[in-house]
Amino acid sequence: MLSFFQQVLVVMVKDLRAELRTKEAVNASLAFALVILLMFSFAFDPLEETTREISGGLLWIVFAFAGTLVLNRSFAREQPNDCLDAMIAAPISGAALFLGKALANYVLVLAVELVALPVFGIFYGVHWTAQFPQLFMVLLLGTWALTVVGTIFSALTVNIRLREVMLPMLTYPILVPALMGAMQLTAGLVTGKPISGDSFSWLKMIVGFDVIFTAVSLVLVETVLVG
Amino acid sequence: MSAVAVDGVWKFYGDYPALRDVRLTAEPGACLALIGRNGAGKTTLLRIIAGFSRPGRGEIRIFGKQPRETATRSKMGFIGHGISVYDELSALENLTLFGKLYRLPDPHTAAMEWLERTGLERVRNGLVREFSRGMRQRLAVARAFLHDPGVLLLDEPFTALDDRAIAVLQRLLREALAAGKTIVMSTHQLREALELASHVALLTRGQVTFHGPCTPEMVSDPGYVYARYGEAV
Repeated sequence: MLSFFQQVLVVMVKDLRAELRTKEAVNASLAFALVILLMFSFAFDPLEETTREISGGLLWIVFAFAGTLVLNRSFAREQPNDCLDAMIAAPISGAALFLGKALANYVLVLAVELVALPVFGIFYGVHWTAQFPQLFMVLLLGTWALTVVGTIFSALTVNIRLREVMLPMLTYPILVPALMGAMQLTAGLVTGKPISGDSFSWLKMIVGFDVIFTAVSLVLVETVLVG
Repeated sequence: MSAVAVDGVWKFYGDYPALRDVRLTAEPGACLALIGRNGAGKTTLLRIIAGFSRPGRGEIRIFGKQPRETATRSKMGFIGHGISVYDELSALENLTLFGKLYRLPDPHTAAMEWLERTGLERVRNGLVREFSRGMRQRLAVARAFLHDPGVLLLDEPFTALDDRAIAVLQRLLREALAAGKTIVMSTHQLREALELASHVALLTRGQVTFHGPCTPEMVSDPGYVYARYGEAV
């Protein structure tokens, strides 16, 4: 079991190192997130109460779109030089390969989100720090949902010519429950309402989503990679 | 027990049978040259042996075990059409990465040793994207040999290599054979391959039309196998 987690770590560090050398996915994702936040701020008056009510939704739409740019690169990074062959040939389980890549994606997407969050606070005039611990927890859970579904579909679409188009088309419909929960919770938290009562069920749903899709992905990844 | 046993393997792409009832064996210490025209199914067969895809029918055994078993994968080294190393990492980082994935006791030392054996120790910290084609190929060879595999699967290993890289690869392959390793290689460069091969298999449109020992006639005239067995189907 220790060996499994060591291999997960090796794959994760490799992906992060490669990304930090090129910065191609993170730069594109961050620029995209900031531009969309700026454009939405022109479209919706930040002083309107309704804008604050939908701000959680806007934020997660930005995260989902920007995150896809990172996720698209995940298995596509293995394409040049047929590196995926070497990974599949190595004596590591598909689950370790998947988990390593998912964790690397998670770190990258979270980094983009944590830079975008203060910008969101400025553009939309919301006090996102008021309930920060709870907001951060929602961010962690929602981002894992996005990452785990995006990573498995990144593996599935790696050999498809239009994978940049296919990945969001496959990912977003499946992500709807998790995104709905994250949007509902975030909208409340950025307007100063802590998680309680009805909103707690949204939190449980995201946790359930994370657990189910992580387990399903770990089971299916070997079939996805080798057929 | 055969090092590599291919038993009645079929592979379909849609309705098209890329491989048709392929039966081959390679004994420990043998070098099997897999030859055939473009599209004969050599790469498909090697990829199935390596466990990259599953056969439609039939089965592969590597030392009696399935290719996808973790223990089996530890015993195989593969060089495909791509070099299978990361452009964004240095030569040393690449080999250390694979050393860790293959659970070598000291990945760094093994990586340094193979960089030296392939003449890349001076550029060990250079990023692979800055390497020439020959250097990249030598690094691919180092990656395939790094974990001391018992079976080497080589898909057109001499293609696009310069003289120095060919010499390095041939020396390493001879050393591997002398150490009792098994080599299965597909190639169009018959002269280089038949100098090493103990056995030859000819694939014609997905079928094995010849499988037997490499004879002096084949070595002296690389076109001999094609002329004698190539039109059998």
